[in-house]
Parts: sequence; structure tokens; C-alpha cells
Amino acid sequence: MSEKLLNWDEVLIGGAIKDPGNSKSYETGSWRVERPVWNPESCIQCMFCWVYCPDSSILVDENGKMSGIDYDHCKGCGICVEQCPTKPKSLAMLLEADAKGKSEEDLRKEVFSK
Amino acid sequence: MALLNELAKKKEGLVNGHRLCPGCTHSVIMRQVLAAADTDKYDIVVAAATGCFEVSSGLYPYTSWNIPWIHNAFENAASTISGVEAMYRLWKKKGRTDKDVRFIALASDGGTYDIGLQALSGAIERGHRFLYICNDNNAYQNTGNQRSSATPFGASTTTSPNGTVLQGKSQPKKDIMSVLEGHHMQYLAQASPSNWRDLMNKVKKALDVNGPTYLNVIEPCTTGWGFPQHKSIEIAQLAVDTCVWPLYEIEEGRVKINYKPKNKLPVEEYLKPQKRFAHLFKKGNEHLIEEFQKQTDRHWEWLLKREESGVSY
Repeated sequence: MSEKLLNWDEVLIGGAIKDPGNSKSYETGSWRVERPVWNPESCIQCMFCWVYCPDSSILVDENGKMSGIDYDHCKGCGICVEQCPTKPKSLAMLLEADAKGKSEEDLRKEVFSK
Repeated sequence: MALLNELAKKKEGLVNGHRLCPGCTHSVIMRQVLAAADTDKYDIVVAAATGCFEVSSGLYPYTSWNIPWIHNAFENAASTISGVEAMYRLWKKKGRTDKDVRFIALASDGGTYDIGLQALSGAIERGHRFLYICNDNNAYQNTGNQRSSATPFGASTTTSPNGTVLQGKSQPKKDIMSVLEGHHMQYLAQASPSNWRDLMNKVKKALDVNGPTYLNVIEPCTTGWGFPQHKSIEIAQLAVDTCVWPLYEIEEGRVKINYKPKNKLPVEEYLKPQKRFAHLFKKGNEHLIEEFQKQTDRHWEWLLKREESGVSY
């Protein structure tokens, strides 16, 4: 842990945490070995990926539609790809090593234009 | 039930950044539960027992919870929530609050089937208004896969290993639903995260009951059960389709099966992808799979008969 820990007299009674949902600042995206790449063109917005995502990493816009993937927190489990019902799938897994330094747009083309 | 697009617009009660294993369904279940809860009408307070989910979502100084959450000890999620609920009722009586608050106690199978059973039984008997959710991952996965009374027959764990003498756990799984049914509570149900609509309906129903309710949810564990992390939901679906984990509810003693698979798969389909059952497929162990099938069928047929009889308490 990089941040400074609290002193004993700063800790709240019962170890209460004042800031709800502060684990958002802890990025679990670095655990990822493979990353999901999303193809908005074939996506039917069924939101199965959203309901099955363990890490709340499917980004949703104000209309409740999928707008992307939160790569800061996605652990790359691949459940979204497995559960995607479209044919061909609108999500695909790609090795993180192959994705290094490439933009999302390039990755999309690389994965889905085949 | 609203469409998923509607539910996705809601503020998440459980945020990301928790340290659960990739592909763990604990958070999937909880996200579905909180999405189903009508948070416009009432607030949710959660008490958690020690377990995988507690240690990974409440890692001090972080918390993944956007809602009030309290952790006490392994055995007393039910008594902790009873205390909170009793205080809420008193506050309401004295006019200190006019909010509508609903209570959820959260535990895994260790904290429900074994360690937390007496606290749970007591809280139900006292009639507190709360929903108890057990995320059943079939063993003590938090400490590294030790056998619990929820571990199914034949499963290999670190304390019921398979070897030359024993072939995994030799006892069948405890039927917690029947144990708790003996308390004659108004509503208890069994659900799976793979069938999210069914799970959400059950949560909604349970939260509206004025009294104790119970929800038993299967929670496939990638590390303990030994399957690839992307298969979690598929395994839960297989458990439902093989009737190893039937989806049913008991309302005032009347059994209703919510999902009857069109073609009931043989249990091998469920056992095969999991490493903890790999030894059952060795030569000479065929009788163990037969025994597993027999236990599953017996339970399923008993449920079917109970549904057909339509008796209530």
C-alpha cells in the first residue's frame, strides 16, 4: 500500500470507514492477463455482460446502454465473452501482451475484421 | 421486473476495486441482489459474516460498499443484523427516523451451514425482519478449500482429500433448506446467479415479507472447485440443468419449483468440468458417480412430489 496509514487516534470506533465505495480508487486492472475487446457494431445491448460482470466493469451511459469497458478495474475473467449471445460474439479476449501500446480502435479492427 | 437497461441506470450499491478472484460470482450475486432491491422506496443495510466476500470487499481502509455495511464475526451475521433491526424498530417507535429500511445478512456456507447456524436459527425464531442470503460455495474457500457440511458427496477438499483410502467427502451435503423450513418462516428460496431474473424476483419477494426470509444461492468458486475463471456462470447453469441445484421456493410451507429443465442432464455434465470431482472419473469409481446421481434424483423427485401435493403449513 502506497498511501499513508492512519494513526491509532485517527481510526474511528469500530474501524468504521467514512468514505463509502472508496475501493474504486484501488485499480484491479493490473491483474489482467487477457483483456476483453468490445465490438459496438454487432452488440445488441442485451446487457448480459453487465449483469454477469463480477467487477462492475461494463460502462453504462445515461440511457442504460453499454458504452465500453472499465479497463482500470476489469480483472479479465472472460465471463462477459462467454455469456455474450450474439453470433459472432460482440466481445473477444485478447492477450494483454498483444494489446500493449495499441489504441482501442486499432484493437477492435484487429480482432473483429477477421 | 424492469429491463436490464433500466436496472443498469441505477447507482451501484457494490462498487469495483474489491479483491475477489477474477471470475468469482460472490459479487455477481450481490450486484444482482442490489439491482433487484427497490432502492427508491427503501434503504438497504447489510451485515456480513466472515468469508471470502467480507475479507475482499472490506479490506481496511477500503470498502467496496456504497451502502451501510457491518461486519462482526464469523458466526453472528444473523445476530448482528437482529440487533440493527431491533434498534431501527425502536427508533421508528420513538420517532427518530421515518425512513423505510430493509435488512440483509450475508454469509457463505461456512457461516450458515456450520458456524452461523445457531445465530441464524435464533434470529429467525425471534422473528426479526431480515433477508438472510447464503452464498454457497461448498467449502471454506476463504482459508483454502476446507470441507464444510455444504460440501457435496465425493468432492475433494484439503480436509477430505481423495487418495487410496478415501475418495473425497463420503457424506452427503446438508439439506439446509429443510433444516430452516422447520422454523416455519414465511418465505425461503434457492436461486442461482445464472438465472438472474429468477434470483431478482426472489429477492424482491423476500424483501417485502414482514419477517425473516432466507435465500440460498449457488456460488461457483473458480479456485476451490477447479475450473477456468470464465466458466463460473456456465457451471452454475449446469448445476441447475442437472438438478444438483434445483431452483425452488417454499412459501408458507408450499413448494414451488421455478425452473424444470426440459431435458434433465446427467450429473456427469456438472462434475466433469470441475477438478474437485476429477477422481470420480477414474476407473473403478463409477459407483461414486452413480451414488451422486442417486442422491440428486432422490432430492429432485422428493421436491416434485412435494410440489404436486401442494400441502402448506
